[in-house]
This record gives sequence, structure tokens and C-alpha cells, in this order.
Amino acid sequence: MLCATSGLLAARATTTLPAQRRARRSALRWRRRELQFPNHPAPPLCDFLAGRLTRPSPPPNGRIIRRRGRMPPVVGGGLAGSELRARRGRCRSQSTRTVSPDVTAEDAALSSKRPVQGSRRLEAAGGWALLGLVTLLSFATRFHRLDEPPHICWDETHFGKMGSYYINRTFFFDVHPPLGKMLIGLAGYLSGYDGTFLFEKPGDKYEHHSYMGMRGFCAFLGSWLIPFAYLIVLELSKSPPAALLTAGLLIFDTGCLTLSQYILLDPILMFFIMAAMLSMVKYNSCADRPFSAPWWSWLTLTGISLAGALGVKFVGLFIIMQVGLNTISDLWHLLGDLSLSLVTVGKHLIARILCLIVLPLALYTAMFAVHFMVLNQSGPGDGFFSSAFQARLSGNNLHNASIPEHLAYGSVITVKNLRMASGYLHSHMHLYPEGIGARQQQVTTYLHKDYNNLWIIKKHNSNSDPLDPSFPVEFVRHGDIIRLEHKETSRNLHSHYHEAPMTRKHYQVTGYGLNGTGDSNDLWRIEVVNRKFGNRIKVLRSRIRFIHIVTGCVLASSGKVLPKWGWEQLEVTCTPYLKETLNSIWNVEDHFNPRLPNISLDVLKPTFSENLLESHMVMLRGNSGLKPKDNDFTSKPWHWPINYQGLRFSGINDTDFRVYLLGNPVIWWLNLLSIALYLLLGSVIAVTVQRGARLPVKVEGLSQVLLQGGGQALLGWMLHYFPFFLMGRVLYFHHYFPAMLFSSMLTGILWDTLLQFCAWRLVSSSSLARGIHMGGILSLLLGAAYSFYLFHPLAYGMVGPLAQNPLSPMAGLRWLESWDF
Amino acid sequence: MLGFLRQPLVVTVDINLNVVALTGVGLLSRLWRLTYPRAVVFDEVYYGQYISFYMKRIFFLDGSGPPFGHMLLALGGYLGGFDGNFLWNRIGAEYSNNVPVWSLRLLPALAGAFSVPMAYQIVLELNFSHCTAMGAALLMLIENALITQSRLILLESVLIFFSLLSVLSYLKFSNLQKHSPFSRSWWFWLVLTGVACSCTVGIKYMGIFTYLLVLSIAAVHAWHLIGDQTLSNVSVFCHLLARAVALLVIPVVMYLLFFYVHLILLCRSGPHDQIMSSAFQASLEGGLARITRGQPLEVAYGSQVTLRSVFGKPLPCWLHSHKNTYPMIYENGRGSSHQQQVTCYPFKDVNNWWIVKDPGRHQLVVNNPPRPVRHGDLVQLVHGMTTRLLNTHDVAAPLSPHAQEVSCYIDYNISMPAQNLWRLEIVNRESDKDIWKTIMSEVRFVHVNTSAILKWRMLMLRTDDSEHKYSSTPLEWLTLDTNIAYWLHPTTSAQIHLLGNIVIWASASLAMVTYTLLSFWYLLRRRRNICDLPEDCWLRWLLTGTLCCGGWAVNYLPFFMMEKTLFLYHYLPALTFQILLLPMVLQHVNDYLCRSQLQSHVFSALVVAGYASACHVFNTLRPLTYGDTSLSTSELKALRWKDSWDILIRKH
Repeated sequence: MLCATSGLLAARATTTLPAQRRARRSALRWRRRELQFPNHPAPPLCDFLAGRLTRPSPPPNGRIIRRRGRMPPVVGGGLAGSELRARRGRCRSQSTRTVSPDVTAEDAALSSKRPVQGSRRLEAAGGWALLGLVTLLSFATRFHRLDEPPHICWDETHFGKMGSYYINRTFFFDVHPPLGKMLIGLAGYLSGYDGTFLFEKPGDKYEHHSYMGMRGFCAFLGSWLIPFAYLIVLELSKSPPAALLTAGLLIFDTGCLTLSQYILLDPILMFFIMAAMLSMVKYNSCADRPFSAPWWSWLTLTGISLAGALGVKFVGLFIIMQVGLNTISDLWHLLGDLSLSLVTVGKHLIARILCLIVLPLALYTAMFAVHFMVLNQSGPGDGFFSSAFQARLSGNNLHNASIPEHLAYGSVITVKNLRMASGYLHSHMHLYPEGIGARQQQVTTYLHKDYNNLWIIKKHNSNSDPLDPSFPVEFVRHGDIIRLEHKETSRNLHSHYHEAPMTRKHYQVTGYGLNGTGDSNDLWRIEVVNRKFGNRIKVLRSRIRFIHIVTGCVLASSGKVLPKWGWEQLEVTCTPYLKETLNSIWNVEDHFNPRLPNISLDVLKPTFSENLLESHMVMLRGNSGLKPKDNDFTSKPWHWPINYQGLRFSGINDTDFRVYLLGNPVIWWLNLLSIALYLLLGSVIAVTVQRGARLPVKVEGLSQVLLQGGGQALLGWMLHYFPFFLMGRVLYFHHYFPAMLFSSMLTGILWDTLLQFCAWRLVSSSSLARGIHMGGILSLLLGAAYSFYLFHPLAYGMVGPLAQNPLSPMAGLRWLESWDF
Repeated sequence: MLGFLRQPLVVTVDINLNVVALTGVGLLSRLWRLTYPRAVVFDEVYYGQYISFYMKRIFFLDGSGPPFGHMLLALGGYLGGFDGNFLWNRIGAEYSNNVPVWSLRLLPALAGAFSVPMAYQIVLELNFSHCTAMGAALLMLIENALITQSRLILLESVLIFFSLLSVLSYLKFSNLQKHSPFSRSWWFWLVLTGVACSCTVGIKYMGIFTYLLVLSIAAVHAWHLIGDQTLSNVSVFCHLLARAVALLVIPVVMYLLFFYVHLILLCRSGPHDQIMSSAFQASLEGGLARITRGQPLEVAYGSQVTLRSVFGKPLPCWLHSHKNTYPMIYENGRGSSHQQQVTCYPFKDVNNWWIVKDPGRHQLVVNNPPRPVRHGDLVQLVHGMTTRLLNTHDVAAPLSPHAQEVSCYIDYNISMPAQNLWRLEIVNRESDKDIWKTIMSEVRFVHVNTSAILKWRMLMLRTDDSEHKYSSTPLEWLTLDTNIAYWLHPTTSAQIHLLGNIVIWASASLAMVTYTLLSFWYLLRRRRNICDLPEDCWLRWLLTGTLCCGGWAVNYLPFFMMEKTLFLYHYLPALTFQILLLPMVLQHVNDYLCRSQLQSHVFSALVVAGYASACHVFNTLRPLTYGDTSLSTSELKALRWKDSWDILIRKH
């Protein structure tokens, strides 16, 4: 007992940052141990609420801390830390000497109160009760009216559909990794949904289909965000009011509520992000007991959550970055601690590599393994993938395929572009519109399988039917000059000196001629990449290029989406640039020739790692392909924090059941204000400390919480927000929500600190100060709750006149003209 | 006052002959036969047209960068007496006699030449030896790509010059900080840093990254200054204020100044007018002013007007209508009103004219005195050429189905009554009774029946693509996997290529890798309290790396994020910083890593051999750099060291 106490005192005397953090932890440990001595005095609940006691006394000696931020890491810092570490737990008199008068006074005050006040158990019980209350409220708000509206809302049409695909085991393609949709599918499966609902478009009624399992699952994960946020802030600030404020902001935010109530990836993603953050913060707190069971379990949990976050959306990379930065700084401190041997540091390093790199990667890979295993039937996603990939899907025409191996004249083939997600060479009975090149038949690439993808290989100089059995079979060879005739329309693949529709420096490719008779612009030389002249051309395996004889250009897919006249298929051009890129390389996929023997092709057995790699390439391409269309209104990242415009989840007209995703403006604007205030306050404190000013002990402690705890939250906000400015893909309002969680945590920490500071400056009496503090927090909470009361129809749904109409319940609440509810 | 009578006037001239010599050879290498070839080489065709615009004082705005660089090039033309009469349309076209090629190319060449002694100075300021400094300058001198780029009417050499100047002046300034703050030379170098930074940004937007690098180094130094408790609060404040003025205010002012001068110089109307506002166009000579001259300020009933959208994206355009009607049924099956199309047209056209009509009267003529149109008035808009009224109704618009279609009403469709009343709202009004004024007023038309707001949308423009025969990706630059053929002699096989000195490129990259690994190693060991370098040496090593590796990174990495067409010459600023690093790393290795005399000698010998091979490569590639000798086919083939290099070989 005595030993533990002296440990605390010694720790209080420590000065450098790592040592200081350790001090806080050792203080905690001391308390935890104390629990075993129930008769020991402990502070009451109100003190606990005011957040005073759990806060460590700040180090008395500011000068050493000041040195921390300086450019070259001072070697002495490490030394000092080790010295102190060694000193910890030694005799009391030595350590008390360094304690400043303030601390001793406070200590004395505490110890005088101790006997009078209630037991530590009460405090713990209060903490748990608060957490329980928050959790309960969170679940209650999220599950309230979960079944409404009983029709598809917004992106439920995608993710519900994808859940159904998992239940039906049909292969599909999506730009996100599979975990989120697999979990949705699993939830649906367990709750008795049979995968038969089509999820065609938003607004379709669910009728007898069971959808509550999937929505309930998302709401369940979404509800955990709030207790997680509570615990994170509690851990960062050691102040229950700050945690309570954060939790309140999140409970009363209509945006978080709306987003958690539907079959979407976002609640799942945010669940994993917050779980990763929570376990990271917790394992930071265990740093004084490395390699203990809690340390290992939090570290492992961090790794697992990271894999989960990345497995739902690639946005999970941001939390990985945050954990990565935290780990690097952690290791940096360990390395600087000269009392630790290099072997110990190495152990730390290996533990982190194992838990934060190897484990998540293994889990992530496992997700894909499950994904490939479950989806073993041909479905709508086939065409996005290479021929080899498709061969493993049962029901696909390449599955256990047996086709003629070498191309011959007269063969009917489909030609696939090698660039991933580029599709098959395609033509159809539509002409290029007036003013765009020559008014001839369109040639495009198309991602789906279709009869219009079929082409016949013909000789360039004879029109005799090669399928006539009286002629010998003639194989196509590398370097041959051929014509490609479109089977359905009997037009030849043609190019000429007209500019292509989108890529103006390329030539246009058209379908030309009547019944296979065209002109010399229909001639193409077929070449196999990296092969010698005269070789035969193999189905699937040969990588071929088509070179236009007259202009010398190469047939290529530019990957650009044609406008409506081209049915939003991809552009095909003839490029004069002869560089070998995947755009201009093709392979033959289907091959029909009655005169050739079919051979079973067993070469198409891609390994798991090839599948993994390919599906990532396709996903990346899909993501970057989500470019905003010219005429769409697109949401810009700067719109988000100011809550500029929401998203319509359901309903437009006044008779519809309308749900509108919009953050609670009071909370969001408070968050925005808090970020500005935090930056201001943080820089003022940093400059003051750098100038060497001596802060009062109370302020010193508060500013430490603000800089370190708040810093973590701010870092999280920045990492989850700023990268969107660099993204070229189409963005939506809901992308901001992970950042919003961090922003709310920052708000909680900032206002709690600020109120404590104000209370401390204004009044001397501690009970009055506590009153001001608690009053401030409560009024903020009440404000949030009242604004939630005002705006709750946005989330829970509203019917009746639109907000412009004075009769509407939302009349007068349309504070910005850009909100359209 | 007459102090020079009492004391003799003494001028002490301290001439570093190294600098003089370096400047001399720099000038020689860049200016030698500068007018050759007397033909348009590669991107000269691009910059040349802007020079011509300047010479003719025709307004233009180059979307790819600020105007300072173009202005500098135009200065050369001005000094050479260029009248701007040359048609810049084809690479390889011979210059006519009125084009002062020498003076046009002089400025970039001077910038390139002065970069050589500046490299020397920078290395000296970083406290490395004269020998190392000479080494850096020599590398700059014999880098073929830098020479090629400096000898033509191009901006990269100027950009490099100003980047180096901002780094050099900042170093000079921060070295003076210790001994003589607020002295005259301290101020000079500080202000010069700001000026050079703004010039860097003014030449190309890429320069902003160099500016940010200098700024962040300055910020770190300022942070140390704040922590320096020997200084009083006041003096810290003065220091910070001086830096803020020189490094933040001056660049902003300079940047605005560039645009000011640009607009002052270019006072005549030209092809780029339309991207600017009407008010601006009206200020151009022969521009809108010619049209609007004498036209009434106030719009009255019966006035004929053109309506231009204020925030036109991607291009501003005028409200336009023509005889064609909307298709009966769109491709996606939606129906339309099948009435006359109303579009937004980016070019001036007779079909852009509309007449403002009072709905209460049937005549279109202007009253006498004219009745001005005020905010809130109800008007009808009559299309001048077809006399149809602007109309909208609850039919989905062609491209944005949630908006209403706007058409010109044709009265054959009885089922749809005309809904052609619009209420005029002046957005930038001062009072509610404001009169609609030409050009100045920004107006909205609110449809009376449906309270929809008239939005006009652009016809879809086709996207520009980013492909070029010699375009390349940033990764290809590192290994010099690409080149650019700039020019080919019309008859012989003499040709100019942008091609780097491959020995320098490889060794500079290697030096950077060495630097990174060494620093990482030192850093880890310092953390364990093992100091391999003395403190001042370590700080110098860090500053060197921040400047050179940082300079490389900020001038290279952003290209990965860019979607525009990229060329090898975009890498040259980054390469310059890498080149600066190379000799410093060599000196460091020699000083600290060579343990014995023998090792040191061997290492020096290796360095000399490296320099010799760099000189050899320079000499070998010289025909392609200067394009002055015609090589035979076999010689050219021998120069094609990489398969990806595109060296032009004539077919006979």
C-alpha cells in the first residue's frame, strides 16, 4: 500500500512527456489496486463527475516539458525519463522533495477529505451507470421506429441487393471490399430473409420480405458508436463530463441517427473505426504494463478492428493511418527510453508488426477468401473480370469450358480488352450522332455479355465462306491481315481519319459496309504481343493487338464513358500512339467454330492471390471511374462541416414519407466553432509554453489534456476529412460522418476543458466552480437535446407539406436555402 | 557631409574568382549559338503566341499559369523590338526576319547560366567546402537537359533560377540571423527571399510548393526563435513581424502586381475575352466597349438585350434560342414539350438577342421617354430572331429531370397554355426600387406561375484529353526512360532532344537514397544516445536534407496527383535539388565514413572517375543537346542507349 502511494507521488514528480503519461497511468493503477481495499477513502460521485480527481496533477517543472517540442530531439530527454523511471517506487522523501508546493497542498486537501467521503465503489458504479444510461439512450434512439419507412431508402437498393447476392451466392462487382456486405447478407440470412427481394430502386415496398434483420443489425452497430465515443473521450480526457457531452452530441445528432437506421455500409464502417480508436486509446493506457494480458488484448483488438474498417470501405485506410502514426510515436518514445534494452524495443516492434500489420492483413485476406468461396455462381459482375477469373464461376460460359484452341478464319469470337473493367468489343444498330465523326455505326466496349459482342474473323481478300467443308481449315496467324465482321449487323470493324468522339487525338472506330463488303479501311493486322510472326493465335492466352492497315493506328479502349447517345458504354478508338498499354491489348474469350475440335481448357485456374490482386485492381478502377457526370450537382468536401446540404433518403413530394439525411445544425455548427476555437487555444498555449511562461498548475493540467487528448481527436478529424479534397471520384455528404465523430469528441474535450478553466478563473470556491462547470455542460446538453426535438422529423420521417409551407411542422426550420426537405 | 575629403573613398572589392569563372562557363554553355536553330522548337510554339499577344497588347489569360513568366519572355521580345507578327502554329517553322530570336531566348539562357554559380553559393551557405560547391556547380553546368531547356523560349530554367534564388537568399538571411539581425543585408536577403518566392509562384503554379517549403523552414526557425528566452518578447515580436511581412505580405502583393501589370499591358480585345465578366470586357479596347459604346445604361421596356450567365461553368455563355425544337421523346423515354429549344451558347451570335417586353402592352417599341425596368417588375422576354416568348412549364428539362424545361413558346400546342411571365430580381441591388442596368446588374428571372428560377446550363463540352506523343509518367522520369524530340533539321539529321546526362541522374538519385538511409540510421542511433556527428554538423546535415530532399519531393511528388499531360521537363526543378545534394553527400561520406587515409584516397579517386564519366556523357550527348552537328544513322543508333528513347532516324 505504502509502496503504491509512493509510486504515485514519485510519478507525480516526473517531468518529461512519456514519464508524465506514465504518471497518469500509474495513478490509475494505484486506484485499481485500491479497489481491493474497500475501506480506503475515495472521492464521491460528484467529484468524479467534475472530473477533478482522475486528472493527474501536472508536473511542477515546466521547463523540461518546454524542451520537448524543439527541433533536434534532445538526448537528455530520454535520459531524464529513464532516470525518473528508475526512481519510481523508491523512497518517498526523495520524490516529495521535487513536488511543488501546489501539488502538495492539493494532495493534502485530498487526503483530508478522503475519510469523509463515500467509497470508491460508488464512483465506479456512477461511471458504469452513466455509461449504461448513454448506451441505453443510444439504443433507444436508434431502434425507435426502425421499421419505417417500409420501403427501400436511398443506397439500401445497392447494399440490400448485394446482401441478397451473398444469400443467393451469385457473383457481383462492387467498388468496396466485401466485409460490410457480407455482414449485411449474414444478418439477413440469420433473420430469415431469403434473398428473393429484388431491391430494384428506392421507394419499392418490402411487403412480406423480412428486412428488419438487416436494418436491425446496422442499427445495432450504429448504436455502439456512442458508448465507444464516450469511452474514448473518457480515456483521453479522464473527465466524465467531457465524455458525457460527446455522447450527448452524438445521440442527439439527426445525421448519425439517420445513417444508422438503414441498410448501409456506414454504420458498419464507423463501428470498426471507433472500435479501432477505442482499443488504440486503451492500449496506450496500458503502456506501463507492456506484454500483460490487457495490453495484448487491446493491441489485438486494434488490429482486428482495423481489418474490419478496411474490409468495409477503403476509407478505413484513414484510421489505419492514425493508428500507424500513434504506433510510430509510441515506438519512438520506447526507443528513446535508454532504460529499455534494444531487445525489449525489438520485442515491442515485433508485437506491433504482428498485431497491427500481419493480423489485419491475414484477416483482410480471409475476408476475400470467404467472399470468393461464397460467391461461386455466375452473376452480374462477371464481365468486369478477366477471362481467367470468370472460369471459376459456375454458370459462366468459361466454367469447365471446352472451346477450340486456335483461331481460324470463320471463327465467331468475343474480344475482351485486357485493361480491367473495360469490357468486350461491341457494336449495335445505332449510328454516331450528327457532328461526331462520320455518321456510321457505333463501336464501343460493353461490360456485359451480349450477342452484340460477337465478331467473325474473315480473310481480307476473299469472301468465300471459310466454314465450307470443301476448303481446308485455315488458322489465323500472328501478322495476318484480317477483317472483323460484326455478327449481328454484318458490318466490318472500320477506322478512318475522323476524330474519336471523346479522345479527340485518336481516330474514330465504326462499323462500316453492307453484309461484310466494305473498303480498305476495314483491314486490320492481328499481332500477338511478344511473339514471332507466323504463330497461331490461342484463345484466352494470346495477348493481341489490332493494327489498322491504312492509318497505322492501334485499336484501343480509352476507358471513357460515352454520353447518352452511346448508351453510356465505353469509347473505342484507334490510337496513333503505339506505346504498348493494356488499353490496346485484347484477348479472345468466346470462340465458336464447328470445324475445329473443342478442347477442355484447364489452364484457367487462377490462384487465390491472383484473384485477390485482380479484384483490387478492378475495385480501384471502379472507384476512380466514379467520376461526377457533367450535369450532376456534386457535393463538395467544404460543404460538409457547415452542413450545407443534406441527402434525400426517401420521398420528395408532400404526400411521401420523407427522410432527409442532415446533421443537427446546432451540433454541427457547434463542432465547427469548436475546431476554430481549439486551433486558436492550442496555438496560444503552445506559444506560451514555448516562450517559457509558467502556467498555474491547474491550467498546465488542462492544457495537457487539451493538447494531447484533443490532439488525437483533431488528428482523427483531419485524417478522415482532408483526404477527400484530393479525391477525384464523386463524393457524397455521408462521407463526412466518420470525421464528424472525431469532431464531436474534440468538441466534448474542448468545452469541458474550457468550462473548467472558466470556472477556475472566475471563482475560488471549488463547489461553485464545479457548479459552473456542470451547469455549462448540462446547458450544452440541453441545447443539443432541444435542437434534436426540433429536427427529429428529419430522421424519423415526416409526411405532410414541405418546409416552405407554413403549415409544415418543419416550417421555420429551413435555416439554409440549400436544405430541401 | 564631405567625409570623403577627410577620409579617402575606399572600395574593397572581394571577388571570388570561382564565381566569376563559373558564371563565365555558364554563360558560354547557355549562350553559345543561341539563335540556332532559327526555327520554332517544341513548346516555343506555345509560349510564342503569348509573346505575340503581349507585343500586340491583346488580352489573353493562360489557364495553366500566372502571367509573370510570359511577361518575362515578352520583355525579351520587347527589348529585341519584336512586333508580334509571327504565326505560331507549327513546330519547326522557320522564324521570319522580324523575330528577334536571340533576345527572345536570352532571358531563359541567362537564368540557366546564373543557376550554375548559384548552386555554388547555396552549397557554400550550407557550410560545405569550396571543392564541394564547385562540384555542385560543375554538375549543373554539364547537365544536358538543363542546357537544352535553358536555350529555348521556355520557362523551366527561369523557374529553376527563382527557386534557387529563394533558397539561396533564405540561407543567406538565416546565416546572418545569428550575428547581425536587422542589419541592412539581413533585410535585403529577407525581402529578396519573399520576392524570389513570389516570382517562383508567378512563373508556374508548381512554384507554390517551393514557396511552401521555404515558408515551412522559416516557420520552424521562427518557432525556435520563440523558444529562445534570451530574446525579449518585443524583439521576438519584431522578428516575427519582419518575417510575416517579407514572406507573406510581399509575395501576395507581388502576385497581385503581376496580374495588375498584365491587365495594364493588355488593353485590347482578343480571343480570350469571353472568359471574363462583361464589365471587364467592356473595359477592353475594341472589346465589348465597342459594342456597348453609346448604349444606354438602363434597360427599359422594349430594349434589346443579351443575357450572360454570371458564374458560367465550365464556360460563360449567353441565353440563346434557335429554330430547332426539343425532340418529342428523349432517348430514355421521357417526353418533352416539343417546343423551340432554349440553350446557353458560349459564343456571340444574333440568336442571343432578346427583347424585354411589358406583358401589359402589345408593342415592342421603346416608349418615349423610356420606361426603365425595375427590380420586381413582371416582364416577358421575346427572342429577337424568332419572336417567340421565353416560357417554362412543368415538363422535365432535357438533361436535369428535376428542373423544369425552358422553351420558346409555339402556340400550336393548345393543351399547354403559355406561361411566359417572369419576375425580374436584381441580385446585387441596393434598394428594392433599383433599375436594371446594363452589365452592372446581376439579375435572376423568377417564373411567376411556378416560381422556378431560370437556370441556364451549358451544352456539354467534350473533355480534353491528356495524351501526347512524348508525354510520360512521373515514374519514367526517375530512370530517364523517356526523352522528348524537340526539333529536327528539315534536311539533315541534326536534332535537338531533351535528354538528361544519365550519369548525373543516376548518381543524384543514388545520393538521395544514401542520404535518406544515412539520416535514418543517424536518427535511430541518436535516439539511443549515440551521436555519430557533432551537434552543429548534424544540424547542418538536417538542413541540407530538408532543403534538397524536400525541394526534390515538393517539385516531384505533386505530379502524381495531377491529371494534366506530363512531360520530362516537368522533372527538371526536382532534379536540380537532387543535383545539389549529390556533392554534399559525397563530402559527408569522405569526411565521416572514410576511416583511413587510404579509404579517403580511394573514395576521392572514385569521385573523380564519376565526374569524368559525367563529362564524357555530356560530351557524347552534346550533338543532341545543341543540335549543331548532323550525325550519321549509325552514330544515332549508337546513342539510343535505352530502347524507350525516341531518337529520330531519317529513312533514305
